[in-house]
Amino acid sequence: MSERTKAEVTLAVNGRSYRVRVEPRRTLADTLRDDCGLTGTHLGCEHGVCGACTILADGQPVRSCLMFAVQCEGMDLRTVEDLADGDRLHPIQEAFWENHGLQCGFCTPGFLMLAAGYLEQNPDPDDDELRAVLSSNLCRCTGYQNILKSVRQAAEVMRG
Amino acid sequence: MIPWIGQPLPRFEDPPLLTGEGRFVADLTRGASFLRFVRSPVAHGRIVAIEAPEQVTAFTAKDLRDVRPIRPLLHRPDFHPIEQPVLASGKVRFVGEPVAVVVAGSPEEAEDAAEQVFVDIEPEDRVISAPEAIRRGAPAVHDHLEGNVVVDARFETERVDEVFSGAAVVVDFDLRNRRQNALPLEARGSIAAYDPRSGRTTLTASVQSPHVVRTVLADLLGMPESDLRVVVPDVGGAFGQKFCLAPEDVVTAWVARRLRTTVSWVEDRRENLISSFHSRDHHYRVRGAFDADARLLAVDADLLCNIGAYSCYPVTCGVEPLMALAEFPGPYDFRTYRVRSRGVTTNTCPMAPYRGVSRPVITLAMERLMDLAAVRFDIEPAEIRRRNLISEFPYASATGLVYDEGSYVESLDRAVEAIGLEDFRDCQAAARSEGRYLGIGFSVFSERTGYGTSAFAARSMDVTPGYETVDLAMDPSGNVEARLGASPHGQGLETTLAQLIGDRLGVEPARVRIVHGDTDRTPYGWGTFASRSLVIAGGAARLASDRLAAKLAAIASAELEAAPEDIVIRAGRATVAGTDAGIEVADLARLAYHSSHRLAAGMDPGLTVTASYDPAGTFSNACHVATVEVDPETGGVRVDRFVVVEDAGRLINPMIVDGQLHGGVTQGIAGALYEEIRYDGEGNILTTSLMDFLPPTLAEVPTIEVHHLETISDATITGAKGLGEGGTIGAPAAIINAVSDALRPLGVEVAEVPATPSRLRRLVSESERIPA
Amino acid sequence: MAAGYYTPALMKPAPFDYHQARSVAEAVAHLGEYGYEAKILAGGQSLVPAMNFRLARPAVLVDINPLDELDYLEEDGDTLRIGAMVRHVTFERPVTEGPTGRILTMAAQHVGHLPIRIRGTFGGSLAHADPAAEWCVIALLLDAELSTRSPSGSRDIPVAGFFQTVFTTALEPDELLVEARLPKLSPRTRIGFQQFSRRAGDFALTMAAVALESDDGRVGNARIALGGVSDRPLRASEAEQALEGQPATGESFRAAAEVAAREIDAIGDIHGSADYRRDLVRALTRRALEQATAA
Ligand SMILES: Cc1cc2nc3c(=O)[nH]c(=O)nc-3n(C[C@H](O)[C@H](O)[C@H](O)COP(=O)(O)OP(=O)(O)OC[C@H]3O[C@@H](n4cnc5c(N)ncnc54)[C@H](O)[C@@H]3O)c2cc1C
Ligand code: FES
Ligand code: FES
Repeated sequence: MSERTKAEVTLAVNGRSYRVRVEPRRTLADTLRDDCGLTGTHLGCEHGVCGACTILADGQPVRSCLMFAVQCEGMDLRTVEDLADGDRLHPIQEAFWENHGLQCGFCTPGFLMLAAGYLEQNPDPDDDELRAVLSSNLCRCTGYQNILKSVRQAAEVMRG
Repeated sequence: MIPWIGQPLPRFEDPPLLTGEGRFVADLTRGASFLRFVRSPVAHGRIVAIEAPEQVTAFTAKDLRDVRPIRPLLHRPDFHPIEQPVLASGKVRFVGEPVAVVVAGSPEEAEDAAEQVFVDIEPEDRVISAPEAIRRGAPAVHDHLEGNVVVDARFETERVDEVFSGAAVVVDFDLRNRRQNALPLEARGSIAAYDPRSGRTTLTASVQSPHVVRTVLADLLGMPESDLRVVVPDVGGAFGQKFCLAPEDVVTAWVARRLRTTVSWVEDRRENLISSFHSRDHHYRVRGAFDADARLLAVDADLLCNIGAYSCYPVTCGVEPLMALAEFPGPYDFRTYRVRSRGVTTNTCPMAPYRGVSRPVITLAMERLMDLAAVRFDIEPAEIRRRNLISEFPYASATGLVYDEGSYVESLDRAVEAIGLEDFRDCQAAARSEGRYLGIGFSVFSERTGYGTSAFAARSMDVTPGYETVDLAMDPSGNVEARLGASPHGQGLETTLAQLIGDRLGVEPARVRIVHGDTDRTPYGWGTFASRSLVIAGGAARLASDRLAAKLAAIASAELEAAPEDIVIRAGRATVAGTDAGIEVADLARLAYHSSHRLAAGMDPGLTVTASYDPAGTFSNACHVATVEVDPETGGVRVDRFVVVEDAGRLINPMIVDGQLHGGVTQGIAGALYEEIRYDGEGNILTTSLMDFLPPTLAEVPTIEVHHLETISDATITGAKGLGEGGTIGAPAAIINAVSDALRPLGVEVAEVPATPSRLRRLVSESERIPA
Repeated sequence: MAAGYYTPALMKPAPFDYHQARSVAEAVAHLGEYGYEAKILAGGQSLVPAMNFRLARPAVLVDINPLDELDYLEEDGDTLRIGAMVRHVTFERPVTEGPTGRILTMAAQHVGHLPIRIRGTFGGSLAHADPAAEWCVIALLLDAELSTRSPSGSRDIPVAGFFQTVFTTALEPDELLVEARLPKLSPRTRIGFQQFSRRAGDFALTMAAVALESDDGRVGNARIALGGVSDRPLRASEAEQALEGQPATGESFRAAAEVAAREIDAIGDIHGSADYRRDLVRALTRRALEQATAA
């Protein structure tokens, strides 16, 4: 593919600015992973079902496999790499650790970002709401039991 | 200090995985070229031509003619080996079979290149299902194998027909468990890097058994094994799909060597659904003979397993039919047994063992048998089980398997109590009068785990897995490193083993580093599968720890002038029992390396030991109960409650144990109600996305209540039994029995799994008593 | 012979040129220039999966995400005007008072999952024309009117003629859908919405949306729209007629549901046969009618 068909794109990810040259067809997920080196965002299906690629775009959880990098200039993007505050884990990460909310960890970044985006806007969800939101993503290892428990606990901690 | 064993210690594995620092194969492709496989669009046919334009770097079987075909072997007369070329050669045998590979600079360009490869295949008649494949005159999937039967195993005790003809009740049914995909969330993949300086090739791959992959790669590529290194980074789930050799991994290694560079293959979900190993797809016919007291006297079973187009390495396609044959009796006491179990090749994606292997299906069969008989005798399903479960140990089954101490009846009783059977029956009756259909289903089963070479040898495997080895070293600063051949991927083994070793050596688990997944750094081993790692690698770790502890005690006894047997090692100190005299373990470690002249004569300097463990195996057991509500108008099923009473011996880390059960049960529910790989009559696969193949979400999974029993048998040295597969083994039967129980007033019994809404709806409308 | 360039598994889009539209006029101009080669990129929640599979391979993408001018909700007398770029998530809370807002909310929670709803758009859903899409069924139920813009001007299309077959609408390749106008239901209208899907968030195997009046215990103005059963969303017009003037009772509902199940031209797929779809229509239509008239 000739350089000519690539576009120069500036992405704001985790408070940093990344300048990348990508083909228009490169998805946001692939760009984050391969061009920005942020491999914490995973790909489990690339057709919108599994949610492993969930990140925050302007604070909202979205499937990064269903967006193109060229669309995302000017957006505030956040990935799992930005969730912890230095060495201090985010309450959602803490809760996943404490409650064994992960096994292989492949789905984890997607669930963390989904929960982070949701709880920031809905700090006090009831269990039905949590179940509904967390059913957005797939996990093959945990049977979701401890994911639900983790997010429930994180919500409590975040409410203070 | 309390012992670490038994503590729900948060996992050491977690922090990187929580912060995006995990490293999975696809995260490591920087600098690599990308491979893309061109796959057959035809189920069965002769390859006429494969052509690529000049600007495309492509390889076909012609280029790989020096690569040996994969030839999994069992040494038994009823087994007929079949071969698989790593790229289709001459013929294609399933839709999705790799026929060529292209190399490009980015994943997108690799797909562009793959699209430019012209493939001309002359289709031939194909067979898709196992019953079709064994029909007289059916097309042969492999030319030399008329009839398509790869393995045809039989077993028969005496007097089978006699017992059946004298039986009070004979229950007779068919069962069909359709095809699944283990579906790890991370699909397969590998990166092969050729190092021109050393001439070595490193394969970084998402696999379950790095050493086995190294050996077979060396065999197939015809190269010294020492020129290969296999590294397993973080693995995003496997469940069996990454245990058997991926032909794509062989091609990846070959291309790297050919081009003297680094190349990567990252399987995507669609490829994974089409051409990664599938599983299950069994057809059974089962008969059970009961006496007038509802005691099971005999079973006669005909088991047909579709093994797909090729056999899987190393375990072979015999693993499903042969395990089904041997373990079919499950936890029930009967002496008369006849079985024929066949593995049949078809023009479909090859099969490999998936969590539970054939046991989810044989458990379903035995548990259906129990429920169908209970209906005939008009007794509670729990009661008929109570009358038939084994209760004296050790117990030798009709096929000669020896069960160690278990709690079969107790687990059932606990489950009955936990679910509140009587109350449920009341609710069920009340609901029925309102036109609602609730049901309850039980599943009691044994899970054979942690078996070593003797068990595998019984299957006459050319490659006989079983033992594990642990190299254990304490360094001069008192930290511990354990190197394993096992290769965990999400099971939390690092934490569990650190707890085990930490207890024995008196060090904090955080100071025990577990090294695995690198053939350059670890002793030869078999990897992680068959619920074996905790038992076998754990056993080896325990033995190695014992040896290291003994050496520490010997050094301490000299330093403290006490008898070695009086030395107690705990909480970082070696002390003389009953006194204050003691010495830090770290000081002993330093001494062993830096003042080795002070060691007793004949003692080697340093603190490194090796131990292997190869047990005969042990049986975990459990009872699962599910309650469901079925909507007879839509065929929809809602699982209301799911209770597990599990006995896996000693629990090292209860939190991790529960996690394994949650995940296993969920995969079992998935198999019972949601997931199915479908082919059309031409062999085209219809389920190529996660909108068609349906792993359940949280919304479909109820709260899973787990109760534990801890029967400690002496079958393993740690007292722990395996349980990685139990959830998946037991859950389908509990769900299917519950669905059948719910719909019984409508005359419906489920005989095909998954019990999808459309299937259930059809059963309801076909039955005479359709709701008005 | 099976000869060709077909490999059954691809997962990255084919190359395309990308244009970001800064105005409706500019978007329309691009469509005019590239015609069949171009596709509008709205929420991307249907188009991008299809492109990743290379089932859709537009040479040109015209991105209308920047067009705030298409992201509006306005009430115009008895009409709710919905700009094409309003995201699904907007409807999770009622956007207008009364039954119209409520049925939109009932439907919204079944459209995929939260992250899908955050990106996906009302206009994209209509233009995509999945026979099981909630918005297509609701638009049909409410007798929506759709407005488009193209290089040759604007056009209003009644929804009844909009959906042609699977993924195919009356839109010309150079036409941009800009607005859907939903005539609001009278405050007295009672509504019901029922759907059955395999998993949470999946496209429904079948859905039934109903609206009717029943002030005097008799059914008036009955409307029944069905999704997921055929190559496009359908109105069960015979069942609607059968209900008209009938007492609002379980018995009438059962009879109407039976008519609906018979009148439709059902299509089967791997999740269920045509007969199964009819069974679902029967059950869901009845339940939606009961739901509408309950308390
Ligand atoms: C996992 C998953 C689950 C889903 N479940 C559901 C579900 O249950 N119910 C449901 O209804 N949908 C579901 N969807 C689809 C989703 O609702 C899409 O958002 C919707 O179908 C399309 O809207 P969009 O804005 O994303 O359009 P896009 O994907 O951007 O476009 C879809 C098509 O419409 C065309 N188009 C878009 N906007 C216009 C316009 N203004 N004028 C002309 N043409 C236009 C595009 O060119 C393209 O051909 C699901 C999607 C996913 C990934
Ligand atoms: S990878 Fe994006 S949803 Fe699965
Ligand atoms: S932890 Fe493995 S997929 Fe969720």
